[in-house]
Amino acid sequence: MSVRFGLAGFIFLLAALACAANVLAAENAGAVAPPVAAMAVDTPSDAGGSITIRFRPSPGEGEATDPVVSYQVSRSPCRPDRFENMGSSTSYALANAGKITREAPLIEVVDSDTRDEVEYFYQVTALTKAGRRSEAVTVGPVQSKAQWFARDKLNLLLLAAVVSAAILIFIEAIRRGKIPFVRKIAGLEAVDEAIGRATEMGRPILFVPGTQDMNDVQTVAGIIILGRIAQTIAEYDTHLMVPTSRSLVMTTARETVREAYIAAGRPDSYNDEMITYLTDEQFGYVAGVNGIMVREKPATCFYLGSFFAESLILAEIGNSIGAIQIAGTAQPAQLPFFVAACDYTLIGEELFAASAYLSQEPKQLGSLKGQDVGKAIAMFFILLGSLLATVAALTGSSSWWAVADWVRGLFRMAG
Amino acid sequence: MAKGWYERIRDIDRRWIFLLIALAVVLPLLFEMYFPEIPTPMVKQVYDQIENLPAGSRVLIDFSYDPASMPELQPMAIAWVRHCFLKRHRIYAMALWPLGQQLAVETINRAIDFVKKIEPGREIIYGTDFVNLGYKSGQQGVIKVVLTNLETLYSTDINGTHISKIPMMAGVVNLKSFDLIVSVSAGLPGSKEWVQFGSDPAHVPLVSGSTAVQAPLLYPYYPRQLVGVLGGLKGAAEYEQLLFERKLKPLLEKRLAELGHPAGAEDLVAQAGQYLGYSQLGIKRMGPQTIAHLVIIAFIIIGNITYFIDRRRARGRKTR
Amino acid sequence: MLRRTIPMIITFVVGAVLVVSFFIPHRPFGQLGEDFSVFFDIISVFAFVLGGGNLVWIHGDKISKRRPGWGYSVVCLLGFFVTLVMGLLKLGNPWGIQGDVTEAGSMFNSIYEFVFTPLSSTMFALLAFYVASASYRAFRAKNIEATILLVAAFLILLGRTFVGALLTVWVPDSLAFLRVPNLANWVMMTPNLSGQRALMIGISLGIISTSLKLILGIERNYLGADSE
Repeated sequence: MSVRFGLAGFIFLLAALACAANVLAAENAGAVAPPVAAMAVDTPSDAGGSITIRFRPSPGEGEATDPVVSYQVSRSPCRPDRFENMGSSTSYALANAGKITREAPLIEVVDSDTRDEVEYFYQVTALTKAGRRSEAVTVGPVQSKAQWFARDKLNLLLLAAVVSAAILIFIEAIRRGKIPFVRKIAGLEAVDEAIGRATEMGRPILFVPGTQDMNDVQTVAGIIILGRIAQTIAEYDTHLMVPTSRSLVMTTARETVREAYIAAGRPDSYNDEMITYLTDEQFGYVAGVNGIMVREKPATCFYLGSFFAESLILAEIGNSIGAIQIAGTAQPAQLPFFVAACDYTLIGEELFAASAYLSQEPKQLGSLKGQDVGKAIAMFFILLGSLLATVAALTGSSSWWAVADWVRGLFRMAG
Repeated sequence: MAKGWYERIRDIDRRWIFLLIALAVVLPLLFEMYFPEIPTPMVKQVYDQIENLPAGSRVLIDFSYDPASMPELQPMAIAWVRHCFLKRHRIYAMALWPLGQQLAVETINRAIDFVKKIEPGREIIYGTDFVNLGYKSGQQGVIKVVLTNLETLYSTDINGTHISKIPMMAGVVNLKSFDLIVSVSAGLPGSKEWVQFGSDPAHVPLVSGSTAVQAPLLYPYYPRQLVGVLGGLKGAAEYEQLLFERKLKPLLEKRLAELGHPAGAEDLVAQAGQYLGYSQLGIKRMGPQTIAHLVIIAFIIIGNITYFIDRRRARGRKTR
Repeated sequence: MLRRTIPMIITFVVGAVLVVSFFIPHRPFGQLGEDFSVFFDIISVFAFVLGGGNLVWIHGDKISKRRPGWGYSVVCLLGFFVTLVMGLLKLGNPWGIQGDVTEAGSMFNSIYEFVFTPLSSTMFALLAFYVASASYRAFRAKNIEATILLVAAFLILLGRTFVGALLTVWVPDSLAFLRVPNLANWVMMTPNLSGQRALMIGISLGIISTSLKLILGIERNYLGADSE
């Protein structure tokens, strides 16, 4: 009997062990893999109050039946025992579905609600489609703090330094050396002729310095050109009209034009009524300017500054009254309208070059040469980058892609 | 000497051109001339971006336009808001243009009226399903601030309610708290500023709707920094077509049948318009745009014909 | 001399500080850009008093001297003051003086909805007419560049309507890129985009150069002085 019991007991034990093994296997099969290589760091190049949690995707993202679809991030200040849910992040696979990525997969979650010099702990848990959770991965402690230098803007700083240095070097060099060649810009060559035309016809000149305020560089460029043109207009003793869309532009334009008239030796010819304010409202302004154009019939119209949808309306009305029109803007969307409807158009940077062109001062012309250095740098890297990306795409070689990505990374914009 | 037909066409008074354009725009509207729209890949990407977000996602919509650009941008704004409500996304409306605030109210109210008609019993509650944070001055400065802390600028909504008392504002700290940014933009500040100062630094996807003139300025940012752009009325019409085909058609058919007005494929839109207030503003307005484009093409051809005849005559005079 | 020197010093200091602060996230530098934007907004609001005053003065003078077109000046000033009063006093506002100035039902909102909105839309709508007249005048095949422009314009005009799709629906799928809508997209996304990017690079360099000249006082014409 004891032998039979012993045998039965042994068989029972075997069966129990087998069951336990099955249960264990089943449990292991259901376990969700946690995210890998999780770390928490102070967000770089910021003003503090932010911590970045980084981790590699869980291997469970590749599961066929119940893949990992999101990651829950929790936070606990000071001690790792009071974790509160902070939010969740979509899985790497879902976030990059349909995209070609060559970088190593990495997920970043930013906690931008931290207090500096307080220690924080974070937990990251992978969640599957069916709601299963992985073991939480704890990282920390980490503190946020403000940085004194935005290292991610270093490339921008270097580029700005190189271009600025080129501009300053050429400004200084040209003061001492010969005047550089500047190609003819038809619109600027025609300025004197346009002013002369208005004088001969006894009709006024209209100058529109754009529709934006003095914080727009294009408006400043327009006012600078106004100053140069106003001196010639003063010498010719032609009536000038400058309707403005912003009060600050009106006051600046008045100062500029008054000084130009004084410099031309015609202080008595200047009148504040030449420069008037209409309205800030875009279409109200253009309606007002149109009215002025149709009533006063200027012989010459200058549109130099920042424009939006009103550009074509101005240009067409100017065309209908038979005025010669010289336009210039750095708004790419409006250039086609000016090109189609005006006699001369200053395209993009020609607006900024106008001051140098009209003054012919060595220092101003030097700055144009410095800009050309910037353009040369841009052209070199465009060609290099295009060549590398083309070779990489044709060969499919990861080395070539790495080089192309490195060149592209040189110009990556920081937040 | 009396002018021949050729001289009259060459020197045509521009007011005849204006008249023909006016007719090209008015007649299609009067006779309800609609044309089919084939959605382009970029519009499909924009649609899919909203469609693939899980229900309840936070969608920030910036209404940066004014009444002048309303005819071009309102159709896409309405389509987006409708889509978001149908997907049960939570809408956070704001405006970088002063007049955009009011347009946000009009657009959302219009979308709510429609959704309630096709989903009777559906509750859309302010503060739970949508909130209007209103306009803040500062242009791109606003975007820079909300990138890090929303409450600094938007401590209350347009009704003056503190955001801590608005249920759907819980957990919204800054731009990174959103799942998608939608920028309806007529110019500056607009989508470009959202790319530069908002979505790219925050790594939040951005879709843009802009006027047709501004759209080319945004293409440099596609596809890395911008999921897609709806350019002008054409983009709006394509999006409406997608929304209709993929989502609204079965809902409209079902609801019309429930109301006792079953509609066939051909009159579904008309019936939906009559009984459910459904409108396809973009598709409707593409009719005049199509005809106007053809009229302009005709003028260009005529202009070139007169130009070449002039040139030939001038050469003939020289050789004599 | 002080009239020009002090503004130049202010320009230099503020310009240099803002450029440097772009690279320094630490408080207070990181916030300086936004702070100065706000300062500028405040200054421009004060400047509006000058502009508004100028508007009233110009038109008032025209009315008092009965210059030609003085009737339009009456309309302008009437619109200005009526809107100002309605907005300031919040006339007709359901919540009275404490309500939002743009509250639905208020007279200010009515002016916005029934006067301002139609007028703005009308001015914007004028573009449709002017595009047609400008196209008729400008799109002539005078030379190779103009011809390329003309062809591109045709493609875009056709491609943005269903007519373009209809015209080339017969093109087989293997040559789908020749269909008008696809060609139009290609024109917008390739040559047009390249041109836009090149323009933007040139414009950016022009802005850097102009800004540098302004900050360093090389360009002083806007102050009313000749540059040296």
